[in-house]
Amino acid sequence: MSQEKEIQELGVVSLLRFAWRQLTSMRTALSLLLILGVASIPGSLIPQRPQNPMKVSDYFKNDPTLAKWMDRLSLFDVFGSAWFSAIYILLFISLIGCVLPRTLEHFKASRALPPITPKNLEKMEFFSTWQGNGNEYEVAKAYLKRKRFRIREFEGALSTEKGYLRETGNLFFHLALILILVGVSMGALFGMKGEAIVNVGERFTNTPTTYDSLTYGKLFKDTSLPPFTLTMNEFKAEYDPLTNAPKDYTLWVTATDTPGATPIKHIIKVNAPLSFGSTNVYLQANGYSPIVTVRDKSGAIVLQGPIPFLPQDGNLTSAGAIKVPDSLPQLGFVASFLPTAARDKVRGGISAFPEALDPKLLLSAWKGDLGLDRGIPQSVYRIDTSKMQKIGLESLKIGQTYSFAEGSITFDGFVPWVNLQIVRDPGKIFALFGAILAILGLLASLFTRRRRLWIRVDEDNRVEVAGLAKNAAPGLENELTLLVEHLKKAGQ
Amino acid sequence: MTHSSWAYVSNYLIYSAMAVYTLAFFAHAYETAWAVRAPQTDEISGNLLTKTFDFTRTEKVARIATSFMVLGFLLLFAGVVARGISAGRVPWGNMYEFSITGALAFCGAYLAALRKYDLRWLGLIVSIAVLLTLGTAITVLYRPSAPLVPALKSTWLVIHVSAAIVSGGVFLLANVIAAAYLYLDAMESRGERTMWAKRLPTLEVLDQLSYRLVAFVFPLWTFAVIAGAIWAEHAWGRYWGWDPKETWAFITWVAYAAYLHARVTVGWRGRKAAWLCLLAGSTFLFNYVYINVWGTGKHTYSGL
Repeated sequence: MSQEKEIQELGVVSLLRFAWRQLTSMRTALSLLLILGVASIPGSLIPQRPQNPMKVSDYFKNDPTLAKWMDRLSLFDVFGSAWFSAIYILLFISLIGCVLPRTLEHFKASRALPPITPKNLEKMEFFSTWQGNGNEYEVAKAYLKRKRFRIREFEGALSTEKGYLRETGNLFFHLALILILVGVSMGALFGMKGEAIVNVGERFTNTPTTYDSLTYGKLFKDTSLPPFTLTMNEFKAEYDPLTNAPKDYTLWVTATDTPGATPIKHIIKVNAPLSFGSTNVYLQANGYSPIVTVRDKSGAIVLQGPIPFLPQDGNLTSAGAIKVPDSLPQLGFVASFLPTAARDKVRGGISAFPEALDPKLLLSAWKGDLGLDRGIPQSVYRIDTSKMQKIGLESLKIGQTYSFAEGSITFDGFVPWVNLQIVRDPGKIFALFGAILAILGLLASLFTRRRRLWIRVDEDNRVEVAGLAKNAAPGLENELTLLVEHLKKAGQ
Repeated sequence: MTHSSWAYVSNYLIYSAMAVYTLAFFAHAYETAWAVRAPQTDEISGNLLTKTFDFTRTEKVARIATSFMVLGFLLLFAGVVARGISAGRVPWGNMYEFSITGALAFCGAYLAALRKYDLRWLGLIVSIAVLLTLGTAITVLYRPSAPLVPALKSTWLVIHVSAAIVSGGVFLLANVIAAAYLYLDAMESRGERTMWAKRLPTLEVLDQLSYRLVAFVFPLWTFAVIAGAIWAEHAWGRYWGWDPKETWAFITWVAYAAYLHARVTVGWRGRKAAWLCLLAGSTFLFNYVYINVWGTGKHTYSGL
């Protein structure tokens, strides 16, 4: 019985050892590397939920069964999927299993002397021999020492080697990749990313409730949000009058790092975020918020203020919803804001230029049940008009009012809004450091040649010179020719 | 000169470069075709002698061809610079500009390699490739010279895009050589090389050369990807977001990394290595053509 058990255990151990050896073999690592490349292809061709949730929901609308199966295979979130993680985790285990033993070996080898000069040097690829006059041994030794070769002397022969940096660089490169992975993981675990739309003139306070969307890593704590506030003072967008393309965006803000601290003025631009420690504030997008006043039948104000609309095209034709839940009956306005109003035969009212040169607000007014009390989250940019009744359509310029039986709406003006993206990534410094290390290691390993040179001078002063380059690296012949010339010149 | 007149100058220079590359193409074609001496009859026996090579007849034309290549490179360089002046920035804002600069990098890589290796036989392919790229650029991809969108306004544009374009040029050259390897390899396995192909380098030389080019430029490509990540962190708030362009840059990186490992560690040579090299190169081209034109994501703001 016990013997049987022992064999079984041995079986398990040897199986594990076999698996480990397989996993850390070069062939497996290479296959995993290629599989990782192939596995990322679907993520670039199929819309991904983290980047493009709208397109993903289109898939669900068009072919729900297929989309459901694709979702089960995590095809809408390839880079967060279990199978993608499995591939790169296996690859990194394989990498560690490959690199660590090699690091130890290299550490030992880098302190050892080169192997003894082989007996038959003439068999080497590069070989040269001539009758010397006795000083070649010392001259060669001095020459190679100056060239920083590692030298071993044994029985009248020099065995020299150079280019250990190749392996050092190689190992550093692979260790740096592990460091990058550590940085990425730290970012995923301790980082956060949120977005908020803020009207110019308003203030943003960095607390979870002020965000429109907020995602954070498993080990991130709400309380570690730095307690800054930002007041949006002014936003300026410049556009090219010929192509309508944006030229420059500038946002002026006043920031207080902590409550009670002295306010400081800053400028945020697209390529210049504002930093609070490891938290950065980016200017991501912008649009317009029309300012409206809605009154009820009695003339009392039931809603007043700027309402952010979402841009629909490059000319900032913006769509939005004005919801008035506090009036009786509830009112809703499905609206478009046109910064420079124009008409298009197909699309109707559009904007012809992104700057507000001739702003207009197009409205369709509805009354009835906005559906806000049902507890189902609703988009603030859309109105569910299924339980509402249409009142009418109107187009307003600034200052104009549209009156109807249930009340009125006045288009008072507009302010720009900005979309702030706030990101904290404590791992990025590790990733950056790893990336720099990786490049340096790569350069060292690809541009260092490892080679051995041998010189033997026998009792009759016969000189033999030979060399061998690892990986058939070029330039050895040239190097040897120089050495031979140097020795011959010294011998004269 | 005004900005728009610089743009005209740039266009004229690009057209001139195309004309010169056409001349280079004809010179290379002439050289390739006429270096082969037609079979002659032996005066005594009347037997047909085998074909032979006579480079002395075409040496002059070959030199002219290379001169045209250099002249074309200089004109193209001037055209790219003028384009940059007309836009008041580095000329890397849209696909037209990437293409003309890419053609410049490709031709530059060829001329640089020519100083060290006898690659004149490659001139025919290089001149066709440059002509096709420039022709597509100026007809299909052409966009009037315009300022950059805000997201591109950064020093990183210069660093990231130049590294990517130069890497692309050298990768492409390595691919052309790998393709030549496969073609000649197939030819040799059927028997002897045909006459015109005999002057081409041996298979080993081609094999080594395409490897050296990749090994030389792989660190630069790594740098291009990392510079892109640093810029993305500045502009978009994350250094890596699996945007389609980023994903394919990663795939290209992985493919070339696999190629280098296959050669250095596993010892792949010849046919297998050449195929892997072509595969890696095609991921780069796919990224440039498909993702730019049909893809979605943050790299597709430039209106091509």
